[in-house]
Amino acid sequence: MYQVGNLVKELSDKHGRLRESLMPILQEIVQKHNYLTDEAMVEVARELDISAAEVYGTASFYTFLDTQVKGKYVIRVCKTITCSMKGKSDIIQTLEEMLKIKVGETTADKQFSLIETNCIGWCHKAPAILINEMPYTELTPEKVSEIIKDYMQK
Amino acid sequence: MEKKGLNKVDLIFEKIEPKEVLIKAFKMTSAEIIQNILESGLKGRGGAGFPTGLKWKYTAAEKSSEKYIICNADEGEPGTFKDREILDRVSNKVHGGMAIAGKAIGAKNGIVYLRGEYRYLLPKLMIELESFHKMIKEIGYEFNIEYRMGSGAYICGEESALFESIEGKRGEPRNKPPYPTVSGLFEKPTSINNVETLVTAMMILQHGAKNFIQYGTKDSRGSKVFSVSGDTPTPGIFELELGMTVQQFVNEFGDGDTKAVQVGGASGFCVPRKKFAETIIGFEGVPTGGSMKLFNSSRSMYNVLHNYLEFFTEESCGQCTPCRVGCQQLLLGVEKVKKGEAKSTYLTELVKLADTMKIAAKCGLGQSVGNAFKSIVGNFREEIIY
Repeated sequence: MYQVGNLVKELSDKHGRLRESLMPILQEIVQKHNYLTDEAMVEVARELDISAAEVYGTASFYTFLDTQVKGKYVIRVCKTITCSMKGKSDIIQTLEEMLKIKVGETTADKQFSLIETNCIGWCHKAPAILINEMPYTELTPEKVSEIIKDYMQK
Repeated sequence: MEKKGLNKVDLIFEKIEPKEVLIKAFKMTSAEIIQNILESGLKGRGGAGFPTGLKWKYTAAEKSSEKYIICNADEGEPGTFKDREILDRVSNKVHGGMAIAGKAIGAKNGIVYLRGEYRYLLPKLMIELESFHKMIKEIGYEFNIEYRMGSGAYICGEESALFESIEGKRGEPRNKPPYPTVSGLFEKPTSINNVETLVTAMMILQHGAKNFIQYGTKDSRGSKVFSVSGDTPTPGIFELELGMTVQQFVNEFGDGDTKAVQVGGASGFCVPRKKFAETIIGFEGVPTGGSMKLFNSSRSMYNVLHNYLEFFTEESCGQCTPCRVGCQQLLLGVEKVKKGEAKSTYLTELVKLADTMKIAAKCGLGQSVGNAFKSIVGNFREEIIY
């Protein structure tokens, strides 16, 4: 859990307090903290003067606006057809072994979350993953373990 | 616009400075720009293929002090990745196309809706947008573009869902009519165009509609960018003249063992080997937003269909019952048949369900699930059953 503090107010000053300000505000909270806490959503509702149910209803519609605890690095593995044909399962297996978690879980130290996602637009360089917003493509088990080792050092 | 070899074209990625063509366009009247685009026969490059000139004409005809140009960069169709490449390589042409569209319909504001998966591009795009705004100002024209991000929802590529998303709501498609040209973003007249469409429109003004219609066929004018993936030795992005057959495409990109090509992504059509020669890629045959996936004989078409149905089940917004329940039942249905829990004749029932979804679903997502379902089940029935 993180404390939102003044963040919501700052973001509302930046993006405005209209209904159309909602997505940019939620997106920026997620960029900073990786997921939305109940407290953050209630705070956004207060700033924008809309019901918290509206905020939750909107956030929960979008897969990138997580309302469950997520780690500092969210690994999204593409599972759509080409990535699936080109070795997605090996990538998942490598990640699960390295991070000692299953798909859908977050490491105990809250550093990594591992999830599957739909097509991320790198079919010609499959298999591909996103770590937060960075794409990594043409992966092999060796390549992905090097990448994760780097993130572990960060 | 130079022909390279048989049918490769270099229009979208051709390096030009948009300044000259923008100066030319801003001196034209709205009607003149629209007339050029109408004459070119340009159809939307996102997949649906609505004539761009008509869309602009309808939006221009609306009386409103506020109108919008939206660039749809929520490229989510499995197998499509050309819009990312276009934005990455020639964003100034995308911004230029938006300004021209703005002039055509009478809008001073444009918004690019970029899918969340492409956020890593944003810092670069912001720098390029700044120099674009500077250039526009230099030639004494007023047009402002901003970027809004998606957050991982395929359905937001549907135009009215995209408006809802920009407005800060769940990305649930609206009822139509009213169409966006009358009531779009914030209920204002809106022209929403695909990334590639906007660039193509600008290049039509650059080279002239007469040159453009030298390429392609009567129903599918010009060239377009294809995203090629799957079982091919040369995956990637290729700009090709429209009008080729699937056979010609496979001759160029296949691995010698191609058994099927999925044209148009998960919402498109599966073309089996025996129909390669007779099927034209374009609006007279199988239309595509650019997604071309090749499958060779080592692939199970059951796995392909299952993957697509899982995709739709997850990406259905859940608002209308035919799509929400239909996708789930199609997925469960093929699983049951595969496991032998349902007779093979059950597939006929599922095809009826897909037909019902085409009629009853609220938006393009639910309406097009049947395209892949029926063309895969129809052509590879034994692979689904056994």
